[in-house]
Amino acid sequence: MIKTAETSPIQADKITIAYGDFVLLKDLDFKVNKHDVFIIMGGSGCGKSSLLRVLTGLQNPSGGEVFINGTNFTKAEETAKNDIMKKCGILYQSGALFSSMTLAENIALPLQQYTDYSPSLISELVSFKLALVGLAGFEEFYPSEISGGMKKRAGLARALALDPEIVYFDEPSAGLDPISSKLLDDLIIDLNRSLGTTIVVVTHELSSIFAIGTNSIFLDGETKSIIAGGNPNDLLRNPPNETVRRFLTRGEK
Amino acid sequence: MTIAYKADRQHMEITLSGDYLSFSDEEIRQKLFADLKNKRPATIVLNGQELGQWDSTLAVVLFEVIKFAQKHSLHIDLSGLPENLRHFLDLAFAVDRKPEATKLSRLPFLEAIGSKTLDIYHSSRKGSAFIKQVLISILKGLSGKAVMRRIDFYFAMEDASYKAIAIVSLVSFMVGLILAFVGAIQLKTFGAQIYVSSLVAIAMTRIMGAIMVGIIMAGRTGASYAATIGSMQVNEEIDALKTMGISATDFLVLPRITSLLLTIPFLTILADAMGIIGGGAVGVFMLGISPHEYWTYTWNALSLDNFLVGIFHGFVYGFVIAVCGCYYGIYCGRNADSVGLATTKAVVSAIVWMIVLTGIITFLLEVVGL
Repeated sequence: MIKTAETSPIQADKITIAYGDFVLLKDLDFKVNKHDVFIIMGGSGCGKSSLLRVLTGLQNPSGGEVFINGTNFTKAEETAKNDIMKKCGILYQSGALFSSMTLAENIALPLQQYTDYSPSLISELVSFKLALVGLAGFEEFYPSEISGGMKKRAGLARALALDPEIVYFDEPSAGLDPISSKLLDDLIIDLNRSLGTTIVVVTHELSSIFAIGTNSIFLDGETKSIIAGGNPNDLLRNPPNETVRRFLTRGEK
Repeated sequence: MTIAYKADRQHMEITLSGDYLSFSDEEIRQKLFADLKNKRPATIVLNGQELGQWDSTLAVVLFEVIKFAQKHSLHIDLSGLPENLRHFLDLAFAVDRKPEATKLSRLPFLEAIGSKTLDIYHSSRKGSAFIKQVLISILKGLSGKAVMRRIDFYFAMEDASYKAIAIVSLVSFMVGLILAFVGAIQLKTFGAQIYVSSLVAIAMTRIMGAIMVGIIMAGRTGASYAATIGSMQVNEEIDALKTMGISATDFLVLPRITSLLLTIPFLTILADAMGIIGGGAVGVFMLGISPHEYWTYTWNALSLDNFLVGIFHGFVYGFVIAVCGCYYGIYCGRNADSVGLATTKAVVSAIVWMIVLTGIITFLLEVVGL
């Protein structure tokens, strides 16, 4: 297996994403540091979600490689890929809970699949993870019986089931009211601080970007590349170009 | 990797040292909680100065200890734990995020029966209202007032016509063949195997052709109607239609129901013909009847009444299949599971209604002497 010298949790090396002849993003190079809350931002259609699919192994890049903890994730064999994915949790936009299972069954699934814990320990872990996301007592509920915000939190509890080193969030604020959105942001910060989890968030929600982001990249649909990077609050203070400034100031002229 | 502790009735000190990754020592966990329950110490002190790496498997033990202490009003001192672990545990007890909701318990037996009865009453009302709406839509369609895209109608026609020919032909041929086989076994004992042709001709044209088409179309087309319309419901497309002031019945149900009603008589005729050919294959190749003789007996057995009764059954089945498919699609829930459920219900209820209506029609035809 190919190893790089540095072992950052995530390193993208000349990633190109294309659909047929249409190139969406070209030669992206970036690195996510340990304990970062790393924001991938940019306008609609710039390829944020496609990049997330590449980082999480759901899609292969047309060019370039992704390294997770120094291991070439893009070129890894299926089993090695699965081993890496066990250390990553993903919160999808809609929560992506299995609708035929209760919340407890949803969260227990990865634990039953990948650990040899006893059923009683799994059940305690499930209750603990639900309590962590503020859903204590909701074990026997089905996803259809809870609200959108609660589905997201339950999705997060499932993403955290195996104590992942990296957690990816796809548009965590989408479809949430400001209070639920703030609670989710707080939860992201809390998890990052208490567990030291590296967090990657795809979003264009400005309040979240400034509240939680410690590092970021800005994708530009026109140049198909990264046009800015760093702490979002620093980028707001010293925007490197007009596109970033307008984005971070909600289109102010 | 173990949890060391000292306990008496006054004081319990739990000491954590080293790494606790994937900590699943059932024995020590059970012993710890048994001692906690037995001794119920007034104070519990958690000591984690020498704690190394940890994960949720350790946190969950401490979570349970804290819950126990809270429940029995015992004093617990967490100051000896590393800050990040304390913060992690705090998260699990953060009350501001706890929703105030509990799962509804199961209804008592009699209430459950009552509730089920009411459900049946409401769904039968909903079903009859839907049929009424469909009939109104058909009338609107006939008078050219329904909002329906012509292309949807053509697609539905295509799906319910030539795309179904192969499967209807194959299944009906095989049914004709089986009927002839089964009939031949009995008729041979009387030396009357020639009447196999009459048996197949009457059975296929009067009912079997229509029933086979009905079952095939319920599984194929009815299921597809429920799945397509159900997915549209999940995707809020039906809500979008309603808010645009377009009737979902006109727009989605009408093209499907009319196309099925138009094509099903032809499919029934095809099934009749293929069944007779299937029976003929057995008669000619296995029973040694000449093709001419077989055809003559078949022709003599065919009657316009039987043929029309078969076509009428086909019409009824077409209506039932389309109504069930569209009804369960439109009243589908809002998650992925409900689309599967809607499809199953559409097929099962279409087949059940087909059988029930066949019984009623057969009885009525008997009364009028057909």
